[in-house]
Amino acid sequence: MRAPHGIALAAIGASAGGVEALLRILGDLPPRFRLPIVVVLHLPDERTSHLAELFGQRLALTVHEATAGEPILPGHLYFAPPGYHLLVEADQSLSLSCEGPVLFSRPSIDVLLDSAAHAYRERLAAMLLTGASADGAAGLAKAGALGGFTAVQDPASAKVATMPAAALALWQPDRVLDLPGLHRLLIELDETSIC
Amino acid sequence: MDSETPHGGNLEIELRLLVEAIYLKYSHDFRDYSLASLRRRVLHALTQLDCATVSALQERVLHDPHTFSRLLQILTIPVSEMFRDPSYFLALRQHVVPVLRTYPSIKVWVAGCSTGEEVYSLAILLREEGLLERTILYATDINPQSLERARAGIFATAQLADYSASYQAAGGTRSLSDYYTAAYGGALFDRSLCENIIFADHSLATDSVFSETHLISCRNVLIYFNKKLQDRAFGLFHESLCRRGFLGLGSKETLDFSSHAKDFEALVRPERIFRKR
Repeated sequence: MRAPHGIALAAIGASAGGVEALLRILGDLPPRFRLPIVVVLHLPDERTSHLAELFGQRLALTVHEATAGEPILPGHLYFAPPGYHLLVEADQSLSLSCEGPVLFSRPSIDVLLDSAAHAYRERLAAMLLTGASADGAAGLAKAGALGGFTAVQDPASAKVATMPAAALALWQPDRVLDLPGLHRLLIELDETSIC
Repeated sequence: MDSETPHGGNLEIELRLLVEAIYLKYSHDFRDYSLASLRRRVLHALTQLDCATVSALQERVLHDPHTFSRLLQILTIPVSEMFRDPSYFLALRQHVVPVLRTYPSIKVWVAGCSTGEEVYSLAILLREEGLLERTILYATDINPQSLERARAGIFATAQLADYSASYQAAGGTRSLSDYYTAAYGGALFDRSLCENIIFADHSLATDSVFSETHLISCRNVLIYFNKKLQDRAFGLFHESLCRRGFLGLGSKETLDFSSHAKDFEALVRPERIFRKR
């Protein structure tokens, strides 16, 4: 188990129950919070999403829907746009793909975490929250295998346990926590980050 | 496969060698594609083509053109649909067509046309606006098999209901079924739509400008390019477009991070329609 320091990017995946879970862990972050965050949240298939507005109004972070080629900036939170995979590049920018769905999902959490793991390696913190799909489990395991810090919501505390349970079946993460625990972990990751 | 080196692991080295080999042997240039999705597609190809490592794939690609042809299908992601983002086509009707109408002859370039769904969508739009007969549509792609399918103009009937809904939302004035004949699971689109379409092999990575154009539609193609290659493509578009010509991009694409940002102004920003300054 590794210590949560030296992180430069947090990548988070969530599905069913994810809006509430994300608001819980991202709400009330300290104003000095700088660690950039990328998020894939599965939504019913819609062409437009209001996630950025919804979260932007409630969080101290600068919230965007990701644009192709966008640089990853401190203090910013990026959501994957509906209908596109979100990927992280080694030059600390974001890219998008219209490649087909993975595990019935586009955006796919596996695609995000796998690309972030290759791009950031031991500087990545990967988190998987509530959800009714196995998406994200392989990506979280890849993040861990490449030296990243990994955390999974305790399935007992999750609205839908399938997603965190699938991750735990594949990989023993550095932390298994409830939502208040993940909130505190994010603050710790930021305080010891290299941003 | 991910053992550490100063360059970030064997896989990164193998990927760079593979795209270099492809370039030297076949002149297809993937060297400035975004690494993250290129990696995904190459790893997918390993499974499809039954290769244990990227180096093994490289050896087969170098010695067997047929393997390269199959790899090209995987690397170029032929994913397309008709009237994708209907509001984009509606905005073209409302804001671009009135200007196109003032030209005696019109040239439109669909760059990275894949299997042709967008070219046929534009041809239908131009016909309904009474402009198709005086338009030449250049539909270009690097994948010869995609171009062949685009030329054939046969699309799977499974998607027609979605396409039809998108066509209506895009401001279609008739019924999409007026434009195709459905048989045996395929919809053959009206051949008269293609009379003024020129399908051609063209690479935004290695080729130069071939014609002056009034409108360029290049959607969800540049998302696979790194910044350097995006800049090259924007440079080609700027050179090809006539004075005050139009450029349409994908709904999550932007010129903001490009060195050509100042060469274009947003005409309909939410629909990513730009105009040459």
